[in-house]
Amino acid sequence: MKNRILAATLACAATAAVSAQTLQINGAGATFPAPIYTKWFSEYNKLHGNVQINYQPIGSGGGIRQITSQTVFFGASDGPMTNDQLTAAPGRILHFPTVLGAVVPVYNIPNMKAELKFSGPVLADIYMGKITRWNDPAIAKLNAGVALPASDITVVHRADGSGTTYIWVDYLSKTSDEFKKRVGVNTSVNWPAGVGGRGNEGVAALVTQTPGSLGYVELIYALQNKIAFGSVQNMAGEQVRASVESVTVAAAAAATLMPADFRVSITNAPGKGVYPISSFTWLLLYENPKDKTQSKAMVDLVKWALTDGQKYCADLGYAPLPAAVVKLEMDALAKVKTS
Amino acid sequence: MNKSRDWGFRLGTGAFALVLVLIVCAIGIVLVRDSWLSIEKFGFTFWRTEIWDPVSGEFGALPFIWGTLYSSILALAIATPVALGIAIFISELCPAMLRQPLVFLTELLAAVPSIVYGLWGIFVMVPAVRWLETSLPDPVRQLPFFSGPPLGLGMLSAALILAIMVIPFTSSVSREVLKAVPLAQREAAYALGATRFEAIRAALHYGRTGIVGAIMLGFGRALGETMAVTMVIGNNPKISLSLFAPQYTMAAVIANEFTEAADALYLGALIEIGLVLFVITLIVNSLSRLLIWSMAPRAGATFEPPAASAEAAA
Repeated sequence: MKNRILAATLACAATAAVSAQTLQINGAGATFPAPIYTKWFSEYNKLHGNVQINYQPIGSGGGIRQITSQTVFFGASDGPMTNDQLTAAPGRILHFPTVLGAVVPVYNIPNMKAELKFSGPVLADIYMGKITRWNDPAIAKLNAGVALPASDITVVHRADGSGTTYIWVDYLSKTSDEFKKRVGVNTSVNWPAGVGGRGNEGVAALVTQTPGSLGYVELIYALQNKIAFGSVQNMAGEQVRASVESVTVAAAAAATLMPADFRVSITNAPGKGVYPISSFTWLLLYENPKDKTQSKAMVDLVKWALTDGQKYCADLGYAPLPAAVVKLEMDALAKVKTS
Repeated sequence: MNKSRDWGFRLGTGAFALVLVLIVCAIGIVLVRDSWLSIEKFGFTFWRTEIWDPVSGEFGALPFIWGTLYSSILALAIATPVALGIAIFISELCPAMLRQPLVFLTELLAAVPSIVYGLWGIFVMVPAVRWLETSLPDPVRQLPFFSGPPLGLGMLSAALILAIMVIPFTSSVSREVLKAVPLAQREAAYALGATRFEAIRAALHYGRTGIVGAIMLGFGRALGETMAVTMVIGNNPKISLSLFAPQYTMAAVIANEFTEAADALYLGALIEIGLVLFVITLIVNSLSRLLIWSMAPRAGATFEPPAASAEAAA
């Protein structure tokens, strides 16, 4: 009996010792990459049992707030931090692109078999309420030979603040000066037209229910739910349909122009075969964090995610990083202080 | 010994009551503190500005205040007659066999999470409302209440879903109030030769403060409801009288934009919306208290003739 108690105590002590060695790292931020991050963190934990990552998908804005106040070790955001936000932080924050996403225009026109073609200026005019009917000459010009109905366009946008909106309006602002002046770029904006749905699912529900509607959702969401989406004209003048490949092409095109801090928008990227409404999503790390043990573990994890971890992208619908970008990031990761 | 125990008991429960006061004060203080940036910048113009532009940093709460009050009042107008009808039927007219199942069903409605109402709203109710809107004859569509494209999504859907959510609360409390009306009241009414309708009217009059309380409870719930409303109201911060127009409420904009607001002024403005909602809820609750006090039966009041009680019951 005594022995058994002793054994039990020892066992308890042993587990306590093991858990003391377990390194728990907290992070928070964007919801868009949450599925791949969760996958990475659990796969990494299988390889390195002592590293446990606790990631809370509370939104990009929340992630930026939390890392600025140092309540989490790392943040994640769908839009790069602004200069003001960076100066507000107590230390230097570095951006690391992890995967890519894209936003696609979805529409509902009854009995429409053909896949519609869009362009930045046309989408901008629709979202500003300047083009109000499907058979507008501007839309007809892009879709020669398609019988467009004379019905009103019901414009649907995201009601909640979101990285998806950020990418969408970033693209529209780049292709239309008027949109840039009237609306601008943010995770939520003052929409001149339309109704707001909450989340990708809210927008998708409104579009599928409302004949004559046009909205935008993440590519992953459209693929997983088999929602038809249109192609968009890129800078080279080609009509490109969003896919994992055409999004990675956009990133590769941008890699040559990559700034040292990785804060780059790749919407409307130049080059052939580029899907123009694509974007990176970033992981945010302090260059010189207080806790060097956590820092070491985190840098190792990011290195793994950028190389071996990229193979999980395709299954989850994310576009993997182009090799050139990974190489640049490896150099940048070396700058993060781990001792 | 007993006295000191009594005293201790009073002190203990008093401390708990104090906690309530402290919590309300703490909420107020935190809301003011965290929205200070926005209060300082916009002052009272915040209450009457119609622009909400996170890009240029211009914020005003008016469309949200309008949307919140408009949707809640509409919901109340729809829900109150139905809820009172349910309460009267269950407590006065219902066959005993049906009573328990009906009570159970109203309580079940109250227990459904608001996200479920929202999903049901967007997939079932909104298409039905859209059909209703498109089938209205053109002359009706010319009225300011029914102008604009029939999207299904908008003020009408929000008011309907709020009404459905409010009904179980108002009807349960009203039912309890009617149950508490002394039998002597009814017997007296019958003894005077009152019909069943008149007797019920007398009972309603007797319990009128409780019933107003029940209605105000529903109003409070409608003011603060978030998820279900944001899913069906269309989330467009524009003031409109039209029931078809997509609009916005205070609770909805906080829920939608808080997670992504990284800019300090933007965050402050969102928290100030919370403060505005807090203040408006306070005003509404105080007004309902005043209303109840003014209606409370004065000492020595006697049974009033049905002619006077008709107004209170209506």
